[in-house]
Amino acid sequence: MSDRLAPTRTAEFEARLKKRYAAERRFKMAGLGAILFSVGVLAFLLVTMGFNGIGGFQRAEMDVPIDFTQAGLSGDPALLAQPDAAQTLEAQGLPSIVDFYAEQQLGSEGAAQISASAWRLVADGIIADPTILRETVTFSLPASPKLAAGLNGEGAPEMRALAKTLSDEGKLETKLDLGFLERADATDPQQVGIWGALKGSMLTMIVTLLMAFPIGVMAALYLEEYAPKNRWTDLIEVSINNLAAVPSIIFGLLGLAVFLWIFPNMRSAPLIGGMTLALMTMPVIVISGRNAIKAVPPSIRDGALAVGASPVQVVFHHVLPLALPGILTGTIIGMARALGETAPLLMIGMRAFVATPPQDFTSPATVLPVQIFLWSDEIDRGFVERTSAAIIVLLIFLLLMNGLAIYLRNRFEKKW
Amino acid sequence: MSPAILLVLALGLGLAGWLAARARAWTFRRDSSTGRIAALPVYHAWYVALWIVVPVLVFVGLWSVIAPQLISQSVLSSPAAADLPAFGFQRDAILSEARSVASGSAKAVFNEAANGLVEPYRAAMARYNVIGVLATLVIAFLAGAWSFLRIKPDFTARTRVEKAVMTILLLASLVAILTTLGIVVSLVFETFRFFGMVSPLDFMFGTHWGPDPMSNPDSPDGSRYGAIPLFWGTIYIGAIIAMIVAIPLGLMSAIYLTQYANPTLRKWIKPALEVLAGVPTVVYGYFAALTVAPAIRDAAFAVGISNASSESALAAGLVMGVMIIPFVSSMADDSIAAVPQAMRDGSLAMGATTSETIRKVLVPAALPGIVAGVMLAVSRAIGETMIVVMAAGAAANLTGNPLEAMTTVTFQIVAMLTGEGSFDHPATLSAFALGFVLFMVTLGLNFIALRVVKRFREAYE
Repeated sequence: MSDRLAPTRTAEFEARLKKRYAAERRFKMAGLGAILFSVGVLAFLLVTMGFNGIGGFQRAEMDVPIDFTQAGLSGDPALLAQPDAAQTLEAQGLPSIVDFYAEQQLGSEGAAQISASAWRLVADGIIADPTILRETVTFSLPASPKLAAGLNGEGAPEMRALAKTLSDEGKLETKLDLGFLERADATDPQQVGIWGALKGSMLTMIVTLLMAFPIGVMAALYLEEYAPKNRWTDLIEVSINNLAAVPSIIFGLLGLAVFLWIFPNMRSAPLIGGMTLALMTMPVIVISGRNAIKAVPPSIRDGALAVGASPVQVVFHHVLPLALPGILTGTIIGMARALGETAPLLMIGMRAFVATPPQDFTSPATVLPVQIFLWSDEIDRGFVERTSAAIIVLLIFLLLMNGLAIYLRNRFEKKW
Repeated sequence: MSPAILLVLALGLGLAGWLAARARAWTFRRDSSTGRIAALPVYHAWYVALWIVVPVLVFVGLWSVIAPQLISQSVLSSPAAADLPAFGFQRDAILSEARSVASGSAKAVFNEAANGLVEPYRAAMARYNVIGVLATLVIAFLAGAWSFLRIKPDFTARTRVEKAVMTILLLASLVAILTTLGIVVSLVFETFRFFGMVSPLDFMFGTHWGPDPMSNPDSPDGSRYGAIPLFWGTIYIGAIIAMIVAIPLGLMSAIYLTQYANPTLRKWIKPALEVLAGVPTVVYGYFAALTVAPAIRDAAFAVGISNASSESALAAGLVMGVMIIPFVSSMADDSIAAVPQAMRDGSLAMGATTSETIRKVLVPAALPGIVAGVMLAVSRAIGETMIVVMAAGAAANLTGNPLEAMTTVTFQIVAMLTGEGSFDHPATLSAFALGFVLFMVTLGLNFIALRVVKRFREAYE
């Protein structure tokens, strides 16, 4: 065997070769290790959030049967149709009625740990269906944050004991809390919801899209199709490339100094937030739009010009429709980035405590990532799970947007 | 709400003008002997529609800025405003409360003093709303009528519409310059105001950072505005710790993906890395604060370091490094792909192993591109805000111990602008000076990096 090999393959050579191959394997393993580490961190992050977040979609609730026939509430439908029906019910003593039945069911210690605003849930139930005033209805009322912590085995020892007693009797349970998706911010982690922030995010994104998309597409068309090669065009190009790399917090400073100076009454309004994010998103749309326009082959333009189309017709009738899927993909990716952006919105005051979902583009609002930031600052343990749940909601939205972008890319992108 | 109504009104009027002009152009076409006119009817339609919509949009834009000021002026001149506090926070609070009640976004006033102002507000709002709508209608009608009368069979509507379109496209591309200008002007302006109060030398070379937003704004203590600890914290977290994580991992990932991985693996791993880049920074920040920082503190306790704080530069830097991995990886990917195949083939043909080819041929050839990518990554890391806000701490320590809390430029910008201080206080204005430094540094890094990348590409073309 060995006499067939070249004379250079001496023992030293073989040893060196072995070493070199070992180095090769080590190098390859290091590369694989790097990738596995990155993917592992991603998986760990998602699993941590998912694991914590499941608890955020649940809350500790106690079943309290309330016999409305004995309660003596007036079920006048006209009164209950009023916008201030909850206050009417409060004036009729609904809170103490709820307390009374809670005490009967749970004992005085348990009743003390019913969330202070539990009667509002009952009031909502009555307003939604006044006929329940003629029967006994069982309500699932949220426990106080202390008792909820006790149920998780945290917090004060007496709460843990009480939670154990109540849950052994089957009176305290952890239940799926879909209301988390319908409520707004609150001070009590048992009462918080994500809808307020989600709506704020949607309003902000609408403003961003309406401003960044047309301006971005028009700028991309101009730069790619019409712009003469001169200093001005270079200046525009340089500033777009630089804007795409400017830290997002700088856009927040711009929004604070310029937009809030023009509209001093609109602190923390989705309109201002959307405008700030639009400036940030526009360069992304311009850059991806230019790439999409560049990918349309020149023969299309030549063909259209040859049959007599004007330059504007060439672009708007032929180039733009062909480039649109690519532009949309870039736009969605830019919007996904804007949706996850926090720092610039902190600058323009969208960090206020907003307990009602925003009504329109000018009312105070907060957005999902800022809500996550605010909750992460809360001391109460109950907020940890709620924060993770909010993160899950945010990640789902980002995943949907990116999925849509990938779908668009695969479905419509043409290779010329 | 009123600007939105005006916008809808503008678009409606534009549509009306569009339809009317098209109908008129059609009649021209029917009546002409050849059945041809100088432009297609639809261009006449667009001509009139643009003439209506553009002036109205300009007016609505200006009006939405001017009208609130006119309203508050007329309210302040009403007799009910005479007994308002002369200036300051309370006056603003009362006014804004009265405004929100009058506009219907709040039900009742909290502050008694605002009660009297609700009616004047409501009246002024109604008055200016009517004025706004009327002015919109008048402008639309005048512009529409003028343009409509210009439509003739031999009117070259198409060239005019196209000229307008080109102008609009040009204006859209100028927005980028305006934004850059806006950033520079607003940062420079506020920075100059800050340096009017605190000496630039104190700011750039002082080693103690501790602005007090409650101190007397007229006699700021320059020795509390030394930004060196912030610059150090920013560099230590963003350019040192994060890069120690991101450069080897990002580079090795790129090398493995481009040189070793089979297509199936690449198809799955690349999107996963993109997901890593797409996770919002606030999520990374929460991850750093909730999971990584306590783990690091516990590990430090376990090896006997008793004074490790729960907020550490290390936690923020590590997580930031992970965030930057995909960025470094994709830049390295591009630069390695730009190295001509012949160089790789030559090396392999000489008998070098793949790893030797990569280490001795590909990486050195791609080095300028990789360095540029790292510079972009650094500029991104030092501008990163949420991770340091949530995990790095607020204490401005000038130390090399990664287990201590450290603060960064971005953290202090957030802290100074979300605090209680007034807008004229040097502590608040210092945020703009910090922002200006950050902007200039990232701009410089990006500028150099982009030039390097460009020259590098040209070298192999």
